[in-house]
Amino acid sequence: MEYRKQPAVGRRTLIKATTALGAIQLASPFVISARGEAPIKIGMVDPLTGILSALAQSEVEGAKYAVAEVNKKNGILGRQVELLVEDSANDVGTGVQKTRKLIDRDQVDVIFGDVNSGIAYAMAAVTTEKKVLHIVPGGHTDPITGADCKWNVFRICNTTSMDAAAITGELVKRFGKKWFFITPDYAYGHTLQDGFIKNLKALGGEFEGDMLPINTSEFSATLIKAKGYKPNVLLNNMGGLAQIDCMKQFVQFGMVKDMALGGALFELESIKSVPKDAQTGWWDMEWWWDQPNVPEVVKFVADFRKEMGKTPSARHWFGYVAVQSVRLAAEKAKTMAGPQMSRALEDLVLPPDVALQPGEIRYRKGDHELMANIFVGQAHPPEGNPDNVFKVESLVAGDKAAGTVESSGCKMVEAPV
Amino acid sequence: MSGGFDRRWLRLLVIWAVLLAVPFWLPLVGGYTALAGRVLVLGLAAMSFNILLGFTGVMSFGHAAYFGLGAYGAGLTLKFLAASTPLAMLMGVLLGGGLGALFGLLIVRRRGVYFAMVTVAFGQVAFYVAYSWNDFTGGYDGLRGFSRAPLNLGFTMIDITNNSTAFYYFLLVVFAVAVGLQALLLASPFGRTLLAIRENERRARFLGIPIERHIWLSFSISCCFTALAGSLYALLNNFADPMGLHYSLSGEIVIMTVMGGMRAFWGPLLGAAVFVVLQDYISSMTVNWMSFIGLIFVLVVLFFPRGLLGMLQRRNAA
Amino acid sequence: MLQVVLFNVTNGLIIGAFYVLMALGLSLILNLSNVINFAHGNFLALGGYFAYMLTPAIGFWGALLVAPLLTALLGFIVERLMIRRVYNRDPVYSLLLTFGLAFIMQDACRFIWGPNGLPLGVPDSMSAPISDQLFFITWYRIFNVAVVIVAVSGLFAFLRFTRVGVRIRAGTLDLETVSALGVNVSMLRSFNFGLGCLLAGLAGVLAAGQIGLNPNMGDDLLMPSFIAIIVGGVGSLTGTLVGGLLIGVAAALTTIVWPAASEAVIYVIMAVVLVLRPRGLMGEEGMLT
Repeated sequence: MEYRKQPAVGRRTLIKATTALGAIQLASPFVISARGEAPIKIGMVDPLTGILSALAQSEVEGAKYAVAEVNKKNGILGRQVELLVEDSANDVGTGVQKTRKLIDRDQVDVIFGDVNSGIAYAMAAVTTEKKVLHIVPGGHTDPITGADCKWNVFRICNTTSMDAAAITGELVKRFGKKWFFITPDYAYGHTLQDGFIKNLKALGGEFEGDMLPINTSEFSATLIKAKGYKPNVLLNNMGGLAQIDCMKQFVQFGMVKDMALGGALFELESIKSVPKDAQTGWWDMEWWWDQPNVPEVVKFVADFRKEMGKTPSARHWFGYVAVQSVRLAAEKAKTMAGPQMSRALEDLVLPPDVALQPGEIRYRKGDHELMANIFVGQAHPPEGNPDNVFKVESLVAGDKAAGTVESSGCKMVEAPV
Repeated sequence: MSGGFDRRWLRLLVIWAVLLAVPFWLPLVGGYTALAGRVLVLGLAAMSFNILLGFTGVMSFGHAAYFGLGAYGAGLTLKFLAASTPLAMLMGVLLGGGLGALFGLLIVRRRGVYFAMVTVAFGQVAFYVAYSWNDFTGGYDGLRGFSRAPLNLGFTMIDITNNSTAFYYFLLVVFAVAVGLQALLLASPFGRTLLAIRENERRARFLGIPIERHIWLSFSISCCFTALAGSLYALLNNFADPMGLHYSLSGEIVIMTVMGGMRAFWGPLLGAAVFVVLQDYISSMTVNWMSFIGLIFVLVVLFFPRGLLGMLQRRNAA
Repeated sequence: MLQVVLFNVTNGLIIGAFYVLMALGLSLILNLSNVINFAHGNFLALGGYFAYMLTPAIGFWGALLVAPLLTALLGFIVERLMIRRVYNRDPVYSLLLTFGLAFIMQDACRFIWGPNGLPLGVPDSMSAPISDQLFFITWYRIFNVAVVIVAVSGLFAFLRFTRVGVRIRAGTLDLETVSALGVNVSMLRSFNFGLGCLLAGLAGVLAAGQIGLNPNMGDDLLMPSFIAIIVGGVGSLTGTLVGGLLIGVAAALTTIVWPAASEAVIYVIMAVVLVLRPRGLMGEEGMLT
């Protein structure tokens, strides 16, 4: 592609101003400036507006924090890093267009995105075509590292099967095998429920459930049904606001005394936005800040809190790991070219100050999924610290929860040379 | 009248020269080819919409429905039927245009605000079906797993799949044909009748013109062309998603048309160009881009209701 | 089985009451000013956010009274500043204007209060269910229905018995004559718009107590309001009332047999009405007929 000379300087300044403005808008104190030779550019596409904006914002903050940290330590391969953030507005057309813009016009070396799995897929088609490394920090549907896996796409957050597998055993052990599902009627909900059902059946359980529209806010009819079924556990698979509404109504109707409440993800951002009595239930956290036995985590959380004024959530960690993974891959491959970086990232083990949890955390070669631990535990109203809303009961290793590469359906094609 | 005639040809020449040379000058001003593709596709959608709004005087606020249906038609064809781009476009037009024509039959007697409301509602029905029918349309995550197929012209294969420049010219050719057809239509007696209906419906009715039939035809033709734009959009993104049917896109199509000038033939294209570029630029600069877009809507309505070309027209006439 | 149906019908009426409140405001503005207020959902959200800001100072009850009034005031100002200018023009302009306003207002909410959901504190006494049998009906929901009943009756009484109300009704039928009779039509329209926003703001406070606050909260209620108006009949407030309750009950009943279709059913009803009786269940002549 052409690389303009004169307008390029103006453009770089524009991009600097853009990043600065964007940083101010996102309440981040960092301004990223390019020094010396051409910087390494990372393009991040996330839904900064729309219903997923809270989660997207955390991911971007985590990435920015990491970029500042990396730049202080001499950048990647001796060059400073610049993070270009674009808003996909929760719309596929926009997400694809911004991806093309970042690659064609801004010449980024790596792409991150999107929280919305549908957009992540569409972006992957572009990044594969352009041979650019693509890391999906927080889009959950299975096929991204399953049936639709690609040589240049890596994912940090869990698959729905991982989340389901991790918590089923715990819930059955503590409460029983008769479950009722409340699931949103789209790809994420379907794969999540299927994952739960598979694991539940293996333990001899029985279930009933309702599939509801994604944006349901009124759960009384379904909760009436649930109460009649008298399950041991109610699985709240809804996401975002629907999940919160379901929890609130569950508690309001006094159903807490009749059955236990559980599910896959109930993220820190969401827990903090519900009233006290809805801060309950058994969930998976894809990363949790309160790990007193891991010194790297204690240090990370303290530094992050001092710099950003807030406690890091799993989403912050996703953004952080994404940037650090790029650095590690580049250092191993000695280049920013997509195919080489992808090969370097396969089976790459994250060092403790990036993994920020016990165990060997690596990107599995067969499907490019990060085998991180799943923190299974219980939500509760804040104790002391307003972010102390989750008590970790057990850690499930990622590759144990994920099953085999075959079961994911991924047939990985080799990266081109 | 030869002075006006020459000016028209000159104007056409300028427009087509600019459009043809896009891959050369666009990167120099900080643009990228996919942006130009988006301008063309949405410009076509806006021009198609304008057949209804600017030339017939009928206000539909749910036109994104036909756009999105065109996209899904094309995508489903490529995914399930055959890897043929022309077939995909045809099916897209049939789906969007056909459903539009059927729907038009239901509402052709309504006017004004009620008509607009019902078109919005129809759009949301289509949106709802698209994001709920998971097995067929891919649901909330959208329809994926298809891509543009290379064009087999018999004597040669044009690779529009991997070559963005070739794809841009393909878009331009389809755009040219569509726009040419629209121009012919609007210059014909049928088109003149539409203008008459726009200007004074009651008088047109007294002249014996079958109003409802003309409005229905105008609506259906507009839907067909909008669906064509939609199928091109699916080819541009290799993706079709429910947001392509949402009323917010309908609103954007309307503002593009009005901003460019709804009484001018090329107005909507200009409006689309300005809007798409502004949106692209502003959304990279700030996370509060929605406020700016809303502000554009408000400013255009309050201060530039005739649109850019409308203002030029007035200046030339005065 | 009968018990389940009864449960769900009751539930449907409660949900429908919500749709009614929202749709009535929209209908008022539509009937008199011929404007589709795309920003109506955002006025609802603002009502909720105002209540959120006011509750620490004057408590929930105070907020319930004041927040809708603030929303109405804002609506009044918006109408006088902007919407008033486009009445004489092609209706497309007023649509675009409210559309643009919706964008701006949503972004403003996100900018001021953040994208995260915020809870609105409701008095504890209201969060409990009314009985063990009827565990899904909390006192808050009863309260919602009560408020809606009061508001709707108040509205209809206002339109029937006060001078301004009668003028609004007359204006819906023939605005020119009303103006010729010496009524300040411009003020009337502004007031009417404010009144519509009052209802939206009230709905917002109630909704916030139920589902919490977020910048997008109005979006999901906008379409059902449209449909309530179309089903009930454009131009008829009673029709809107009936339409809202109808779709609320239909959605709730559908959840018994086919939960995933509970959203679809309101579109189906609209389609049926459009085909069989295009002017809506209660026609389009005037109001309160």
